[in-house]
Amino acid sequence: MREVSKLFSNGTLALKGMSLDVQAGEFISLLGPSGCGKSTALRIIAGLGAPSSGSIDWPSSKINSKGLPEGDVGFVFQEPTLMPWATVFDNVHLPLKLRGQGKSQARAAVMENLASVGLGDFANAYPRELSGGMKMRVSIARALVTRPKLLLMDEPFAALDEITRQKLNDDVLRLWRETGITVIFVTHSVFESAFLSNRIVVMRARPGQVCADLPIETSAVRDEHYRTSEEYRATTDKVSRALQEAIMLGAQGK
Amino acid sequence: MTDAAPTLSNRSEAGTDSAVAIVVHKDSRLERILSIAIPILMVLLAIGLWQLHIVVNQVPRYIMPAPMDVITALINDWPTLYPSLLVTLRITFLALALALIGGVGIAIILVQSRWIELAVFPFAVILQVTPMIAIAPLLLIYMPDTQSALLTCAFVVAFFPILSNMVAGLKSVDHNLLNLFDLYGANRWQTLIQLKLPSSLPYFAAGLRIGGGLSLIASVVAEFAAGSAGKGAGLAFRLLESGYRLNYPRLYAALVLLMLTGVAIFAMTSLVSWLLLHRWHESALKREN
Repeated sequence: MREVSKLFSNGTLALKGMSLDVQAGEFISLLGPSGCGKSTALRIIAGLGAPSSGSIDWPSSKINSKGLPEGDVGFVFQEPTLMPWATVFDNVHLPLKLRGQGKSQARAAVMENLASVGLGDFANAYPRELSGGMKMRVSIARALVTRPKLLLMDEPFAALDEITRQKLNDDVLRLWRETGITVIFVTHSVFESAFLSNRIVVMRARPGQVCADLPIETSAVRDEHYRTSEEYRATTDKVSRALQEAIMLGAQGK
Repeated sequence: MTDAAPTLSNRSEAGTDSAVAIVVHKDSRLERILSIAIPILMVLLAIGLWQLHIVVNQVPRYIMPAPMDVITALINDWPTLYPSLLVTLRITFLALALALIGGVGIAIILVQSRWIELAVFPFAVILQVTPMIAIAPLLLIYMPDTQSALLTCAFVVAFFPILSNMVAGLKSVDHNLLNLFDLYGANRWQTLIQLKLPSSLPYFAAGLRIGGGLSLIASVVAEFAAGSAGKGAGLAFRLLESGYRLNYPRLYAALVLLMLTGVAIFAMTSLVSWLLLHRWHESALKREN
């Protein structure tokens, strides 16, 4: 997946000539202060809102009318964004249903994805009966049900408590390892990005631009021990300094 | 939350010091009985006060009949009242059905484009703000018969609340869900059926309740204005007729029938909205804290 450049404006300049190359199988975090256009960038990648200039190139040959590779993208929003009138099963079924797959046809795929986020027993529950973390899991299951090659996550765990968030981080990493999916993860948490990704793209505000691109190499398994390791601490230190720099640049506006 | 109930009731059976838990959970049955008993008791009390007023103040029967007189009139005049009740019911429900179809249909068309909305909305507003009783005589002239004039009046009145509620509902769909449908390449029809219509159900329920009540009121008011008579006369005509003839027991009986019809419509629309919303919407859920 190769993305050339894009410039976005709706009165304010949200992104200015941002370029980003994404390799298949990467776990990229877009990290930056609020208002740096990281969500905007993600939405443009997803095809929600067109760039005012620049373009996005996909390697895939099958491209639909919106310039998106057919069925290759899953999106997890900041909020769980579930339909409150539908059961958990129906919510996860939705992307397949919109493609014309009936309930019986999709049942296996839906149940498998619900099981993979640990919600196999909640298929018939309604969203209001679930906790915040469980709702987010449903949202992740829904994004994965189409077996996308690229998963876009827009600060998915920002509203969750620390414990739930750590658990979901572990889950996302596990899913990433198991499926070999490419993930672009927007966050404003240094620790989250350092824990999850093998590449961190730090962005600055006014105008939104890539300011640092840090590969995170580690041989260690990212688990509970990694969270307390010296290597992790050093990484967060490095990322924090890059973020500080980005914030300074944004504040100076140059 | 749901699994808390059995544990609490177990505790109350054990008879420990969990007095609060007992009160909180035992009252659900008591509450249900009271919620039926209190309204019935209050109505019976009101009827009793009515009877008391007649007896104590020796009110003559040609000024105000006693409750028993009304019940007698209801039974004796049933052959007259029943056809009229049917006429009123038919106009009311036909008007409500048309208003539902028209209101929802036009709302869907309106939200398709801002231009359509700008073009059509003025007419909807004009229809709504013009007092119906003022156009009823005109409708009587233009419509082929009285029944269709009454139907039109009742329709016009019930139509607007349903339309404006539906428009509001169709417009207040969660933007993130709209984005999601876009992302998965949903077409307009899929978005309408699977997202916009279900998410405007709470608004529809509100419109239905208002429209249901209004269609009965409008069909009665329209008949007052139209002054229809004879075979096709509704309950409103029976009210007028009994008033002219000073047959107050029958007037009260007709009034009781109208009241019961209104209560029945309210109960039905409430049931429909409960059926639509009780699984998921806050308005139909009991708060659990």
